[in-house]
Amino acid sequence: MAQFNTNQFKGGLKIILDGDPYAIVENEFVKPGKGQAFSRVKIRNLKTNRTIERTFKSGDSVEAADVLDVDLQFLYADGEFWHFMEPNSFEQYQASEAAVGDAAKWLKPQDNCRVTLWDGTPLQIDPPNFVTLTVTETDPGLRGNTSGGGTKPATLETGAVVQVPLFIEEGEVLKVDTRKSEYVSRANEG
Amino acid sequence: MAPAAVDDWRPGADRATLIWRAQLLAALRRFMAERSRVEVDTPVISSAAPAERALDCLTVVDGGYLVPSPEHALKRLLAAGHGSLYQLGHVFRAGEIGRWHNPEFTMLEWYREHADLAAMLVETDELLQAVGVPTASAPQRYREAFGKITGLDPLIATLEELAAYATTTGIAPVNHADDEHNRMFWLDLIMSLAVQPTLGLEAPVMITHFPIDDAVLIASDPDDERLGLRFECYWQGVELANGAVELRDAQVAEQRMQREFAIKQLRGVQPPPIDTRLLSALAAGLPPCAGVALGVDRLLALLVGASNLDQVLPFAWPRR
Repeated sequence: MAQFNTNQFKGGLKIILDGDPYAIVENEFVKPGKGQAFSRVKIRNLKTNRTIERTFKSGDSVEAADVLDVDLQFLYADGEFWHFMEPNSFEQYQASEAAVGDAAKWLKPQDNCRVTLWDGTPLQIDPPNFVTLTVTETDPGLRGNTSGGGTKPATLETGAVVQVPLFIEEGEVLKVDTRKSEYVSRANEG
Repeated sequence: MAPAAVDDWRPGADRATLIWRAQLLAALRRFMAERSRVEVDTPVISSAAPAERALDCLTVVDGGYLVPSPEHALKRLLAAGHGSLYQLGHVFRAGEIGRWHNPEFTMLEWYREHADLAAMLVETDELLQAVGVPTASAPQRYREAFGKITGLDPLIATLEELAAYATTTGIAPVNHADDEHNRMFWLDLIMSLAVQPTLGLEAPVMITHFPIDDAVLIASDPDDERLGLRFECYWQGVELANGAVELRDAQVAEQRMQREFAIKQLRGVQPPPIDTRLLSALAAGLPPCAGVALGVDRLLALLVGASNLDQVLPFAWPRR
């Protein structure tokens, strides 16, 4: 098993602690002029996303987590798992609800996602930054109002709700920024 | 803090900071000159290295060590009759990299003949004030400062009590099996992570009378043999200076160096040779004196409101 020494600690490094994978968020080297050195680290649990602080004795080693990011295509959800496929090898992966998290409301079959794998199991799903989705439900549009000025909620085909301009109608296809949960444009204007 | 590779030819400090830096170095020299302390520049490469367990030196391929402080050379000068003196220059410590650590840093180290701990507390305060630091608050003993935060007496608390405190406050190291019985380990941990961040938040504070257990060249307290005549100055939770009344007994010095040498050997590394020239100087007679070492880069960072050393050094370690 690969190991990281505390002198290799830096933001982004993936380690295993108590059986769980963590990413180092911040590492602070602490040492009194005449005493023992420590690394005080903020680490984020990649399964739960919870950030905790831990101390390591300087010079100690910790097991490296075999974590990598891959681009996978979303296939379908079966109610329990979300299924993804590696587009070149056709290898399939199933992600739990915990791994998919908030990404679920953006996932449309055939869209490509950034998936974090730990020992081959999806830990975290990042939806594409921009998705194109159809409006399934919104109040009737205000004809002629094409210059903004007011918004209304619209439900998209994946269940996500975003604020859209008043002129948007049901059935229209929109470009949405998933990082901000924000309407960008009509898809054909994007 | 790591700069983008393509941009790392640029300095970390801006022009205003480097001008402040130049003025700070001049002000420190002026303070010493006003007190008739002679500036010396002793070798940066030494054939021996300090024995302290917590100091690791960078080695020179052609032989020798980059000094982690000019202490040994300055004491040899003192023993040779050169009187009160100081050095302002670069020192080196292997493996110390972080927000407040750079393996190569600037240190002011000065020694004053016939000074006691109280005199050095006053002088350190005066020096800091001379460069723009607020007047220090009343000195506290290590025992009191430690007790105020932890409710524990660091001199009599059991190992179990120290470990329990560290565990319940979430600062105990992930692995500490090797150090269960190492008292200084727990004291250093609690001091660094629980006590120090609370020290000197407004004005600097001097913490005095540290446990003697890991001291090498520091005089012990004649009133309490468990303590060393040593102080640390903290400002904004950062350790800024370390001072002591100096040990003059060559035999005690050698015993302590051998103890530290053995501790380093137990870790599986070949320690640098013991500095026999320093021992000879002590045997010849070190005048009664006290000394202080001050981290100049940290002082500048705290003065200018920087959040790390990269912002006050032309080229910190990642840009070297």
